[in-house]
Amino acid sequence: MTQTKAEKAMTIKVLYFASLRELLGCNEELISEDGLNTVGDVWQRVSDGKNVTQQVLYSINQEYAQAESLVKAGDEVAFFPPVTGG
Amino acid sequence: MIKITEQPFDPWHELSSFQLAMRRDGEFGACANFIGTMRDMNEGDAVNAMVLEHYPSMTEKHLDKIVQEAKGKWNLLETLVIHRVGELLPNDPIVLVAVWSAHRKDAFEASRFIMEDLKSKAPFWKRESLSATDQQAEKNRWVGKNTSGY
Repeated sequence: MTQTKAEKAMTIKVLYFASLRELLGCNEELISEDGLNTVGDVWQRVSDGKNVTQQVLYSINQEYAQAESLVKAGDEVAFFPPVTGG
Repeated sequence: MIKITEQPFDPWHELSSFQLAMRRDGEFGACANFIGTMRDMNEGDAVNAMVLEHYPSMTEKHLDKIVQEAKGKWNLLETLVIHRVGELLPNDPIVLVAVWSAHRKDAFEASRFIMEDLKSKAPFWKRESLSATDQQAEKNRWVGKNTSGY
């Protein structure tokens, strides 16, 4: 689906990784920024009705964030479980 | 230098070719390195393969930040970080962290710092493929958490 510039300007790109991606059945989605102030708000919206019991970490524009960190249209937000590299 | 690669790599070859190419002959008195290798056992289960997932743009950004932070804390000449992603088999090298400095204190401490930060914060995730046993068929599981190295 091609988005117009105006539509894109009002959305937040949300990415999911690893076990969380499998649990939610989604790699990435665009959501409307309407009514969303913090990354915690974004998480509330996308996880609503989903049974997520594991620890979830947040990032905004590829940097770690806290639940109260502010988001705006055009941001890339990601949700993922504790990291296990190395 | 930071490299994320889907291809298997030989850490000893990477170390020697990087050291030759960095043209610091006579400057460095110390090189400390850590090589992480995939085992065929984890938490008592036989593991026959593994997939390493990552968050491409954030991984590079985060590793770069760790290295810059280390350069601010210690006197370092060069650093090399290589991390494998994709499908791995037991005995495959997973990660190489190497630090060159004039004296060993900086090299030891900075390489430890980079490695521990990478393990606890860099966005990589392991999914293991467990071998079939008498009790159960082959199955996949995500590794839950890295243990602390300190």
